[in-house]
Amino acid sequence: MNVANIFSRRNRILLRELVITDFKLRYQGSILGYLWSLLKPLLLFFILYMVFVRFLRFGADVEHFAVYLLLGLVLWGFFTEATVQGMHAIVGRGDMIRKINFPKYIIVISSTISALINLVINLLVVFVFILINGVDIKPTILLLPFNILELYVLALAVAFFLSAVMVKYRDIGYVWEVILQGAFYATPIIYPLSMVLEYSPVAAKIMLLNPVAQIIQDSRYNTITRQTITTDSLIANPWAVAIPYIAILVLAAIAGIYFRKNSKYFAENI
Amino acid sequence: MNPDTAITVTNLKKTFRLPHEQYSGAKQIFVNLFNQNRGFEAQRVLDDVSFEIKKGEFFGIIGRNGSGKSTLLKILAGIYALDEGSVHVNGSLTPFIELGVGFNPELTGRENIYMNGALLGFSRKEMERMYDSIVSFAEIEKFMDQKLKNYSSGMQVRLAFSIAIQAKSDILLLDEVLAVGDALFQQKCYDYFEEIKRSGRTVVFISHDMGAIQTFCDRAILIEKGKKVAEGKPVEVIQEYNEILSASDTFRQELEDTSLLHIGVGGAEVLRAEVINSSGKVVKKVSEGEPFTVRIHYRTSKAITGSVLGIGIMGDRGQSILGPNTKEVSFDAGTLPERGFFEAKFSTNPLSPGTYTLRAGILNTSVTIPYDLVENLAKFTVVGNRRYGDIYIEPAWSNHPTEAKKQ
Repeated sequence: MNVANIFSRRNRILLRELVITDFKLRYQGSILGYLWSLLKPLLLFFILYMVFVRFLRFGADVEHFAVYLLLGLVLWGFFTEATVQGMHAIVGRGDMIRKINFPKYIIVISSTISALINLVINLLVVFVFILINGVDIKPTILLLPFNILELYVLALAVAFFLSAVMVKYRDIGYVWEVILQGAFYATPIIYPLSMVLEYSPVAAKIMLLNPVAQIIQDSRYNTITRQTITTDSLIANPWAVAIPYIAILVLAAIAGIYFRKNSKYFAENI
Repeated sequence: MNPDTAITVTNLKKTFRLPHEQYSGAKQIFVNLFNQNRGFEAQRVLDDVSFEIKKGEFFGIIGRNGSGKSTLLKILAGIYALDEGSVHVNGSLTPFIELGVGFNPELTGRENIYMNGALLGFSRKEMERMYDSIVSFAEIEKFMDQKLKNYSSGMQVRLAFSIAIQAKSDILLLDEVLAVGDALFQQKCYDYFEEIKRSGRTVVFISHDMGAIQTFCDRAILIEKGKKVAEGKPVEVIQEYNEILSASDTFRQELEDTSLLHIGVGGAEVLRAEVINSSGKVVKKVSEGEPFTVRIHYRTSKAITGSVLGIGIMGDRGQSILGPNTKEVSFDAGTLPERGFFEAKFSTNPLSPGTYTLRAGILNTSVTIPYDLVENLAKFTVVGNRRYGDIYIEPAWSNHPTEAKKQ
């Protein structure tokens, strides 16, 4: 994968059209159309908020827990959407791949970009909630784009890997759904990390080595509340703090190599 | 690489690993874990193919279904990776393995134009500039804002084709694009072919339509079982191809004999057909211009007096080329014997080189009710050098000046 090629003229044109097509097709035939990309996370948020915050009294010790929860859900929602769509991208465009030669990574990138657009729209809603909730806006909110960049790189790496595996083994689709389901609860999204910390500090530390947990907690720390427990506040060892970042880089390298090696044969194997 | 060369293919080999059973799942992983070789069969699709295409050449690739020619085209297009050998392409290349790649039925005609154009490397702006000419060429102005799924297949093909001809690359790969569309559309395709031929661009063309191959191609190769078996002038290569076809047809003919479809009220039965050349031999192959005879064997189960005998010669696309019967010349066959044959003798062979099928029938005197009518009775091949037209009738030529009228 030559990085410069991503920006070649032909690839830019193709990427743009694929993103537009994806976006148009997404809510084809629905009355509310694009509104669903806002409504879906909001409705999910409403349910989880009622169950966990109102009913089970989660997060009483965290200020602005509702927005804290919403931001976590939106980021997790992006990760899910980008990896699942990216995973199906190559197989879904199989017909095209068999008929014309073009860089296959464009398809994976395009499918994650439409998830990224959704994320931006959702973050605007989060911002509205931040204002409504009277959250004290900190200068560190400027670091949020870097947190999102990190999450995007992670999602893209996962998408590359899964989409290539999917060509040979369709089982990965089901496997990944189960993994996501488990990871949703293994990541401190709907509950504050302090609950785990009370129970087992070691478990809390291990949980924060998960890149997604690190990103979500850092984002919350940067935008919503300093009460958020982040990887570097909980783990003292600077080497251990680097683990989530190193994990992403290693994963990206493996995914890139695996995708590149297999993409030559996508047309025959799909 | 020689600057006059557009494509060089050297010792190209390609093998597909075909799974015996298609498991795209964990079960396959288990099977493969225990036995690396089981479950796959290697199939050599291309075996040591080499050739060179010069710039500006209209180059034909012919071969039977499954011969490997489509795989070859896909390798040239960069869609499949090659195993061994090399392919060098000199210049920009656009493949048309199929028209309308990336078309989505849920999008409108307009949106599909942009998507399809992007695959050809055109930006939105460029497509907007070409938009009017695309739409008017496709003759679907009124439907551009409707979803593609509401288009007829003919409209879809016209739209796809109109976009495709915008491609400005040096080399075009065309695979059976002409297999779709009505006669009028095919004519448009042919006009386009003439145009690119004149423009001096390089074209690699795969088709089963030997007429088109002969008309347009400067050179052709024949692929059979993954090997290049002939290369040269289209006429010669097509001749080789027809020989391969007729050799395999004798085998197929024997299989088909038992399952001929008879239509009719009964009383007479058409049994088989033979083609006889000018030296009186039963053959599968006759030359253009050479006298030949079609002999139809039949039997009757009751005495039939007053009948019309007819034969039909159909071309490789099923088109009816000749359909003479005895009524047209008021030939009276008399009472048909219990067993017999009738003959239709052609004093010259008007058919152009190609593969033809025969049908024959015995009908009542008003040619409304068949006693028996059989399609696909036999196949035969015509060989020769003629290039234009399905049949040839010699006209009397002359040439005259026009008298200028004085105003």
